[in-house]
Amino acid sequence: MAKRLPKKDVVIIGLGWTGSIMANELTDEGLEVIALERGPWRDAPTNFPPTYVQDELRYRVRHELFLRPDQLTFTFRNKMDQTALPIRSWGAFMPPNGVGGGGVHWNAETWRFLPSDFVLKTHLTQRYGASFLPDDMTIQDWGITYDELEPYYDRFEYLCGTSGTAGNLRGQIMEGGNPFEGPRSRPYPTPAQAQPFSHTLFGKAARELGYKPFPQPSGNLSQAYTNPLGLKMGPCTYCGFCEWFGCANYSKASPQTTILPYLVRKPNFSARDNSEVIRINLDKSGKRATGVTFVDTDNQEWEQPADLVILSAYTMFNVHLLLHSKIGRPYDPVANTGTVGRNYTHQTTSTVNGFFDPKEYNFNPFIASGAIGMCIDEFNGDNFDHGPHGFVGGGYVGQVQTGGRPIESTLVPPGTPKWGAAWKKAAKENYLSTVKPGTGVHGSFYAYRDIYLDLDPTYKDRFGRPLMRITMDLKENEIKQNKFLTDKFAEIIKAMGAEKLAIQYRKGPYDITTYQTTHLNGGAVMGSDRSTSVLNRYLQSWDVPNLFVLGASAFPQNAGYNPTGTVGALAFWAADAIRSKYLKSPGRLVDA
Amino acid sequence: MKRNNGPLHICRRELLAGAAYLAVSTSSSRATVIFDHLPWTPNAGNPPSAAAPGPWLFFTGDEGRAVEALADRIIPPDRETPGGKDSGCAVFLDRQLAGPYGRQDGLYVRPPFMKGAKNQGHQSEKGPAQQYREWLAALDKACKAQLGGKAFHELSDADKDHVLEGLEGGAFKLDGVDGKTFVDQAIKDIQMGFFADPIYGGNRDMVAWKMIGYPGTRYNYLDWVSRHNEKFPLPPVSMTGRAEWTSRTQR
Amino acid sequence: MRKRTRGSLAAAILPVFLLLATRPSVAGDTDPQAFAQIQRGRYLTVLSDCASCHTVPGSNHPFAGGRSIETPFGNIVAPNITPDAETGIGSWSDEQFDAAVRRGIARNGSRLYPAMPYNAYTKMSRDDVLAIRAYLNTLAPVRNAVKANTLPFPFNIRAAMRVWDALYFKQGEYQSNPHQSAEWNRGAFLVEGPGHCGACHTPKTFLGGDKTGQYLEGGHLQGWSSPDITNDTRLGLGAWSKDDLVTYLKSGHNRITAATGPMGEVVTLSTAFMTDSDLNAIATYLKSQPGKGGASPAVSANDPAMTAGSAIYRDQCSACHGLDGKGIAELFPSVADSSMVKSNDPTTSIRIVLRGARSVGTSTQPTASGMPSYGHQLDDDQVAAVLTYLRNTWGDTAAAVTPEQVSHVRRDTALRPD
Repeated sequence: MAKRLPKKDVVIIGLGWTGSIMANELTDEGLEVIALERGPWRDAPTNFPPTYVQDELRYRVRHELFLRPDQLTFTFRNKMDQTALPIRSWGAFMPPNGVGGGGVHWNAETWRFLPSDFVLKTHLTQRYGASFLPDDMTIQDWGITYDELEPYYDRFEYLCGTSGTAGNLRGQIMEGGNPFEGPRSRPYPTPAQAQPFSHTLFGKAARELGYKPFPQPSGNLSQAYTNPLGLKMGPCTYCGFCEWFGCANYSKASPQTTILPYLVRKPNFSARDNSEVIRINLDKSGKRATGVTFVDTDNQEWEQPADLVILSAYTMFNVHLLLHSKIGRPYDPVANTGTVGRNYTHQTTSTVNGFFDPKEYNFNPFIASGAIGMCIDEFNGDNFDHGPHGFVGGGYVGQVQTGGRPIESTLVPPGTPKWGAAWKKAAKENYLSTVKPGTGVHGSFYAYRDIYLDLDPTYKDRFGRPLMRITMDLKENEIKQNKFLTDKFAEIIKAMGAEKLAIQYRKGPYDITTYQTTHLNGGAVMGSDRSTSVLNRYLQSWDVPNLFVLGASAFPQNAGYNPTGTVGALAFWAADAIRSKYLKSPGRLVDA
Repeated sequence: MKRNNGPLHICRRELLAGAAYLAVSTSSSRATVIFDHLPWTPNAGNPPSAAAPGPWLFFTGDEGRAVEALADRIIPPDRETPGGKDSGCAVFLDRQLAGPYGRQDGLYVRPPFMKGAKNQGHQSEKGPAQQYREWLAALDKACKAQLGGKAFHELSDADKDHVLEGLEGGAFKLDGVDGKTFVDQAIKDIQMGFFADPIYGGNRDMVAWKMIGYPGTRYNYLDWVSRHNEKFPLPPVSMTGRAEWTSRTQR
Repeated sequence: MRKRTRGSLAAAILPVFLLLATRPSVAGDTDPQAFAQIQRGRYLTVLSDCASCHTVPGSNHPFAGGRSIETPFGNIVAPNITPDAETGIGSWSDEQFDAAVRRGIARNGSRLYPAMPYNAYTKMSRDDVLAIRAYLNTLAPVRNAVKANTLPFPFNIRAAMRVWDALYFKQGEYQSNPHQSAEWNRGAFLVEGPGHCGACHTPKTFLGGDKTGQYLEGGHLQGWSSPDITNDTRLGLGAWSKDDLVTYLKSGHNRITAATGPMGEVVTLSTAFMTDSDLNAIATYLKSQPGKGGASPAVSANDPAMTAGSAIYRDQCSACHGLDGKGIAELFPSVADSSMVKSNDPTTSIRIVLRGARSVGTSTQPTASGMPSYGHQLDDDQVAAVLTYLRNTWGDTAAAVTPEQVSHVRRDTALRPD
């Protein structure tokens, strides 16, 4: 029997980036807000101190900051006629857990999507014709334009103190920045980070090949910064322990460094950690949320009533909770009905490792930050003519090597034995002169009719609920896109002076065991058409107007960029809609 | 409910009737309420425990000998850098298998266990600990059966290498287990122990880091970002420090 | 660090206006309708930081007593000063209240221990004290019986306080110094009177009285060392501008350092709510206090402790405190510029390195950056080495910190909850 808590104005499910942003905005409206987080409270001095955070085994190999699959996992299959099996140990992605969510252990690569990305279906159809797109591709327009979102990108970047060089300042193309980006209203809040040797060399080689390289926009700050909430951050010290790790010295933008200390002081805000929401409760009509039910570590159930429910638990857990709360109509790929679980996407990544002459090159790869790197955007989105190539989409490529942690960075040239004296010798000789970009090729992943999420018929979680099932494969379009990008990338690595290249294409079938970023998107997409989206353009549920669902679950398809910048911007956008429209007149913001 | 804008804040605890204000605990597994200020306790933190030298915690004597021998072939000793055995890689693996990794703590180990495609990942009920037991037993059994009654560690170095190559290529078969999966995992684990922080038992005295020129757990390279193509001169440091941290001149 | 009860004082504001309409007249002679007096009393209560000792941290009942206060002679428990008739001071007369606050005499005529800083509060006037009373009378009465005298024998013999008073208590209101400005005099009143800064910052004799010859040169209490707050350049506030000090008291942070531990509580309960002119007055007064500093012993850069400390500093400290020791303004203290780092008594530096620390969060400086705990990673030799290095590297010098000093603090603080 659930114990009932006193009612709050707002309950927020998941205290990561979007939950923190929304909590801060709504408490400024004077609302009583409670945030429920499944994982533990986290904080730099107590959880990622520089006495032991630099532990590759613990945090990268054993994924200590991430969700334990036993607490919740998913099943996976490539095709609909296959049996899905549980993901017993993470591989292709690493779901977050804990206060701060992915914001704690992300790389802080802070990109904006292109203007054309938001109107993708319209744009590509106009340019190439509908028949150029694969029959089973289900890309959509977002229901919002880049121009509408621009002020919110700006807010997120200034919240974070993002370090970068503007490429398009109110329409004027700026030297040294990304010439392809959408226009921004003002420069980045802090200058771009200084680039170590190999990253600088990539920029030089790219320039000589006629490209326009620019520094990757970074949430690891280039200098001390005070954000609009008065919170202070320090400069990144290039420790090389960024993704998978918390930042020990307040220099990586996270909810902890940019929002929480300010938010926690407000008398109308409280948070409960180690409290897992298992259901959003609806009234008898099914059209209004009355609050949530959550479980604490004693397995006691609690009910938190609220007038407004914000679901901000990360893509996968958002969709999972919608399915289990029976909100919206689950997607059926055969009948092509329903929307919850539809348009599920990942990211198409690959890389090229370069082996240089150890006598000539010393890259000190351990000197790096998570969002370091020189990139080129010539092959992203629709920045180039796809006509001759037979695919759509693209991505940035760049030398974005984020560290030299030895367990995974001690590479040997192709052809070297994997063990023995020859291996040892090659490891010793090549460590300092190897370029290992990580996700050097970072491409889009468009949506398809038979790539989706639903509930598994066999496997259950620890509460006895069905696990969510992933049906996902790599399509011809993405494979072609990746080959094209990877080959272009390899040219630049070679032009840098690499003696040997190890080229790794992303090939099908989609493999749940190899890491491909945690940029999972869709399943609860936003849009203007109720029949193909779960949320309207304000991220409000079409079915339950007092429910908003934040995060990359709202992306109708993924673009060729890291998602967090857009995730943050959309959270601010939705918060603004709630503050300026919804609170004045609760109800549907868009007519269905 | 509007805030009081005066210099003193109204203590909302009195006004939040019924909201239980639980003390913030140092444990990260109990539910706590965060309100009004950031949690903090002294001596907070959760550093890893050091692998102490001594008897095997997981391996039997035979298994330990086999793994030490594997380690010394995967990473042979040379004049400059110790091999896998002397740098502690077998100790590393022993402690890992004896702990949560070996037990598969936190993984989804619920039935049914069905065989799937390789790209659906590990589907066996057996965790690393159980797997290594079976693999090492099978290895010695196969060596004794096929190579004149000798366990793996008793073979000559050349013969050990042939066994490893045979496991990789398929020529050397093990009974009941997949030799290639075993050797691939062993190579991965031994090399992992070689490059992990010494606190875990391998990479003793940071020998592997010294070999490749990795400076260890340093956190500040601000004065080196713009020094391109120069050798970084400082010795490596681990989570438990380095020799230069010693200040005593006498005892 | 003691958990703070933030802003508990203003809890009274709301109930005041609700209660005024319906409450019968309270005990004592003050008129509950005397708004100006109550506001003045509220501010004096902030200046005197009554809330700190008389409130259990984290409690829902400010001023209800029950907080255990550590003294060199044992723990004493602060009584309930809400207007509860039976367990608080509700039935005390104004005379009795004044005698307690300014003369250290309890209602039954027995002596108070100077954990209650009556020897500083004596500087206030009777009007000041009656204003405080008027404010306290507006609080919600809380029923909380407190057994105050928990000192061990023989310190629990209150009569012995007669002797102490004879030695150390100079009764009398603050007398303005005609040779000093009005601002200086205000600062002197605040520091010597309600602010009672000397209670922590002046070293004590073995009987617990002030060593008046070392006024404000730093003390040692409750497992902390309080720094020298005279204007000494090396050990005190000499390198701080007036603005630095005002900013520190107001927000808990300035370009050099941050408040933590007991001083953090002082900021969040008291100084953060003082007026700018009062903070400037305090600054003027403190910076007029000459320190003695004295010759500073130096440690050679070749000393093994210095070379070890240099290595530890680079590896473990510089990522926040900077390769140049300057930290980041208002985020990570400047160990190079910190006078507290060079204190003759290094207890606080040792304590912070061993156990970590949280700097205060205030409305102007909400970040509340934290320092991690190094006690599990660095042994006594290493802590001593790195502190010796900090004290002797960036211009100034100070005596080495010894491993024995570190070991002592480690043992002493092991059982402390904060």
